Amino acid sequence: MKNYLNKRNLITFALLLVIFFVVQFLIKEKIITSYMRSNLYWIGIYIMLGLSLNMIIGITGQLSLGHAGFMSIGAFSAAVALKSDPTLSGLFIGIGIGILISLIVSFIVAVPTLRLKGDYLAIATLGVSEIIRIVLNNLSITGGASGISNIKMLMSWPLLYVFVVLTILLTHNFKNSAVGRACISIKEDEIAAEAMGINTTYYKVIAFMFGAAIAAVAGALFSTTYYIVKPDSFGVSTSINILILVVFGGMGSLSGTIIATFLIGLVNIVLQPYAELRMIMYALVLIVVMIFRPQGLFGSQELSLKLLPNFKQNWFKRKEKSS
Amino acid sequence: MLEFLNQIINGLSLGSIYALVALGYTMVYGIIRLINFAHGEIYMFGAFAGMLAITVLRLPFFFALIFAMVVSALLGVFIERVAYKPLRKSSKTAALITAIGISFLLQNLTAMIMGNNTSAFPQVFDKQVYDLGGVQINSLQVLIFVVTIILMFLLQFIVLKTKLGRAMRAVAVDKDASVLMGVNVDNTITITFAIGSALAAAAGVLIGLYHIRVVFWMGTAPGLKAFVAAVFGGIGSIPGAMIGGFAIGLMEALVAGYGGTLISPYRDAVVYMLLIFVLLVKPSGLLGKNVKEKV
Repeated sequence: MKNYLNKRNLITFALLLVIFFVVQFLIKEKIITSYMRSNLYWIGIYIMLGLSLNMIIGITGQLSLGHAGFMSIGAFSAAVALKSDPTLSGLFIGIGIGILISLIVSFIVAVPTLRLKGDYLAIATLGVSEIIRIVLNNLSITGGASGISNIKMLMSWPLLYVFVVLTILLTHNFKNSAVGRACISIKEDEIAAEAMGINTTYYKVIAFMFGAAIAAVAGALFSTTYYIVKPDSFGVSTSINILILVVFGGMGSLSGTIIATFLIGLVNIVLQPYAELRMIMYALVLIVVMIFRPQGLFGSQELSLKLLPNFKQNWFKRKEKSS
Repeated sequence: MLEFLNQIINGLSLGSIYALVALGYTMVYGIIRLINFAHGEIYMFGAFAGMLAITVLRLPFFFALIFAMVVSALLGVFIERVAYKPLRKSSKTAALITAIGISFLLQNLTAMIMGNNTSAFPQVFDKQVYDLGGVQINSLQVLIFVVTIILMFLLQFIVLKTKLGRAMRAVAVDKDASVLMGVNVDNTITITFAIGSALAAAAGVLIGLYHIRVVFWMGTAPGLKAFVAAVFGGIGSIPGAMIGGFAIGLMEALVAGYGGTLISPYRDAVVYMLLIFVLLVKPSGLLGKNVKEKV
């Protein structure tokens, strides 16, 4: 059995605890104001959404434009559950129901549509999220077009932190697992992957369902953070907002998505009074990144301390050669 | 029966709009294999251009229509040159994401300049209702039919009978071979964008006149549905886009008319389901050619 209590894991764990208590302290001492805190929640929820979409787009290479649809499934499940039981257990029941429904829906959607390629898949997933939105608009249990309001606010820093860390852990392990490697091979060259005996449809469906489930959790947290959910807040533009995080950070790079979310979160704070300007900037970011740096900030690389010693080694090697 | 005929007329006038927009999708896809996501926004831009031409420039309707088509064609060319041309060699995903960015940009720029609310489109024609033995058709619907059919004939003439059309067809079949035959590929692509954008703008002006209002988000849903129409008819095929547009319009009108309170709210969902169904059963569409995957 592998020893999980190795040095690296212990350092990571200690670091996570330190970050948690530092922020907790700052919140308690009111250095982080409630306004900053709501932005922090936004960043946390969008990190989850970005990472889960990155599993589909960045790791598996399947362009999905329907992520907001799965987010809305989680959001409405949690809202309905919280209406009947406004406690943490109600939230967890809602999250559970949301994951279940979004797994079922994503499976039904994925099996046929993932046989499609590239652009067609993008449009089909967009169509699916529109179908979800229209269904929510017409269901009575979800309150129709006006949605559900006065949802119990249960969001807190510990809750957010646990979910974000869990998401990072899950997506990181997914990326580095055998399944993740199979998915990366599909992204690199689908035909070659198939020739090497990889059941491409199977792995695409797994990645898609995995991303959809995390999006549902993020949606549930969204509903308990913002008191109100409406079908129209999960339209195409929300899916594109998530897409921007992945594209900007670098498709396939988890740390890239996280850093991109922080950067865009900060820009959001600065541009808070100018909502339209913000949207225009989002659009420009998409276009400019695609034209000048299509791989995003980090490409498919991860930000890690390992990069430094490697750099040193390579540097010295090169020097030795030249001398 | 009369009710049915009335729904057919509604469906055909709606379908003309979808067909005009779908033509742009299909022509651009046929020539550079790109889903021009911003096409719905060009339709929206055309509607605004037409409105401003009538209210600010005080042009008569038909000149305003031509004005909107010319301005939108220029916008289409500008977008192609600035955003799509640098990406012609890069991955399909990159080009699609850029197109999404352009669509987002146009929508939000319009919202910033023209405001978030709906603007009134001037009523230049009196809406007269003609009664043909119980079947009712109004003058605006007649206008939409006539303009659409004229534009379609014009397009067919350009594509089939002119040198330019021959160049377009050649580039669609094989870009590299057409370069060798002396076709200016860049110009051909640009002109394709211009024609597609002009058609979308005409559709936008007509729908603005029909609904007597324009708003910045008006392009999203018709853009998607027109794309469904293009896929349904066989993407890359011009007659396919026309048939697909009319089919989607008819389907939507019939679902709205006969679905009752239970199904009719889902008329948009039905269109998207059709898309997924077509993609699964016959991805090449009604008239499209089946392209084999080459390794």
